[in-house]
Amino acid sequence: MKDLVNKITENHCQTPGGLLPCLHDIQAQVGYIPSKTYESIAHAFSLSVAEVHGVVSFYHDFRTTPAPPRAVQICCAEACQAVGSRDLESAVGHVLGVEFGEVHASQAYRLERVYCLGNCACGPSIRIGDDVHGRVDSARLSELVSEATNR
Amino acid sequence: MSVCVYISGDTTAVAVGAERVAQRFEVEATRADLSYALIRNGSRGAFGLEPLLEVDSARGRVGFGAVTPDDIPELIRCLKEGVFEHPKCLGLVAEIPWLSNQTRVTFKRCGEGAPADLENYQRLGGYLGLKNALALSPQAIVDEIKASGLRGRGGAAFPAGIKWQTVLDTDSDQKYIVCNADEGDSGTFADRLLMEGDPYQLIEGMTIAGLAVGATQGYIYLRSEYPRAQAMLERAIDAAYDAGLLGRNVLESGSSFDLEVRMGAGSYICGEETALLNSLEGKRGVVRAKPPLPAIEGLFGQPTVVNNVLTLASVTSILADGGADYAHYGVNRSKGTIPLQLAGNVKNGGLIEVPFGASLRTVIDEWAGGTRSGRPVRAAQIGGPLGAYLSNAQLDVTVDYEALAVAGGMLGHGGIVVFDDTVNMAKQAHFAMDFCAKESCGKCTPCRIGAVRGREVLERVCESGATEDDLILLMDLCDTMEQASLCAMGGLTPLPVKSAVNNFPEDFDVAPENSEVAV
Repeated sequence: MKDLVNKITENHCQTPGGLLPCLHDIQAQVGYIPSKTYESIAHAFSLSVAEVHGVVSFYHDFRTTPAPPRAVQICCAEACQAVGSRDLESAVGHVLGVEFGEVHASQAYRLERVYCLGNCACGPSIRIGDDVHGRVDSARLSELVSEATNR
Repeated sequence: MSVCVYISGDTTAVAVGAERVAQRFEVEATRADLSYALIRNGSRGAFGLEPLLEVDSARGRVGFGAVTPDDIPELIRCLKEGVFEHPKCLGLVAEIPWLSNQTRVTFKRCGEGAPADLENYQRLGGYLGLKNALALSPQAIVDEIKASGLRGRGGAAFPAGIKWQTVLDTDSDQKYIVCNADEGDSGTFADRLLMEGDPYQLIEGMTIAGLAVGATQGYIYLRSEYPRAQAMLERAIDAAYDAGLLGRNVLESGSSFDLEVRMGAGSYICGEETALLNSLEGKRGVVRAKPPLPAIEGLFGQPTVVNNVLTLASVTSILADGGADYAHYGVNRSKGTIPLQLAGNVKNGGLIEVPFGASLRTVIDEWAGGTRSGRPVRAAQIGGPLGAYLSNAQLDVTVDYEALAVAGGMLGHGGIVVFDDTVNMAKQAHFAMDFCAKESCGKCTPCRIGAVRGREVLERVCESGATEDDLILLMDLCDTMEQASLCAMGGLTPLPVKSAVNNFPEDFDVAPENSEVAV
């Protein structure tokens, strides 16, 4: 893994503003951004370890612990609230058997809140991996998640 | 004879089943031995009709919607026989009133063909603006933008021509064009629709901006929630490079323009232009103090145009048809057309592009067709999470930047989120503070601390009713945030909160047992 991170870092460290693309790449290939790699990233970008930590911790997308690559995201923003996402949000723990911010016992996915998927005319919206689904109620949520995880 | 069929590959179309319709179409068409070409086009934004299936005919494009996979076998039988009689047939797409009553300037090509098909873009008038721009001096391009009256479509509505003039007038060896495609506001999806449906328009607009101000490098800062837009933009950028429309010596003019997509990482505040610039530089997305303006010291300290997707896309029509032609649309100081996004609890959701000056009530009652739930409209939040909640009685306002400001709201990016009478406005106010507390970059105290305190007050209000002290404290916090925050996040979060309290006082009634004057 150390070699992989070094290789990715090398690809980006000369790019202007290359730290975010670098972190995206590390997460895509390693699954998360291990804190033990901060030092080599910092060295390559001529930053302090604190600065790298600062960037990683600022953005919601970056994870510092291993997690299943697939996320199930429930949109909790206003347009979805207007069509019942608050009900979906409170039912989700019961429906899927996992709480927000946690990994499902099957290790198949992690559950997250998201604020807007840009599908605001057809909410409530959810996203599984890269697929957005519209007009989702709790029955449909459970159906979609089991479809996706059994595939 | 082969039939040409279009099914949208747009995020929302797919979210309501377009992928399943397309798959079923291919299976059934093969089975029925129908000779066909299937094109995955962008969406026209009439999401009530999606999945919309379109077919080329001698009379023009015929539409069927909303199509389900089970409609496909019968539909294919119709296509084989060459008759378009089907319960889902909508007639000619160009004559569907919801579409034909719009004034499509920026979205005129969206839905016409495969979004990444460069030839199709050029056949439909694409790259005419760039060709015209190449014959003009930088100052003449900027003058054309000024003449159009175009204002920033991202929300702040700053005159685009003046911003460009500042960058043009600032001496530097390196200047940048940055497209703000961090469309994080709930209720808005116009940028996404355009990037997924007509990506070359943005690329062309940015190239024109580069020529106008002397910038040779552009970045599209795109939110990570938009993977389809990313894929589409990257395909289109590659094709534009191959065709000599990007890179060194654009169309053999001697001018260079390079363009790259950079992904955000799930931070709402990065839609604020200075936070966006920090993020592009690989830093925490923390807001910068202004001045210096980004037009003078922007990306990597260099003069930078930061414009929204729709602003940059509009530039292509302005250069193709002239600034005066664009300014012919609209009212007062709001010139041109505005893509409005009908979202939330609406019957006919989607995007409509209309000239400024439309009535908000007409937009909600007639275009959106009222609520999806069938219940009365109680509130509409205009302009995203930082926009005001207007009550039903306040909807007789025209869609115009200044008119909405007078009505106590803001147009923002043109998102309209409708709520029916089941909404609890104290909960909406709580959400506004909660969202600000979660997404604040933390640089300035009024936003970082004010939002947390505001959330605490509203938590109490939601749980046990308001006291007079709660409301006094809340308004005081709002005033502080409004007046002392560094950017629009802290400065405008009070707008939804105060408008909820002021326009829906019945949801914040001070309970008798909470009132000090009660005996």
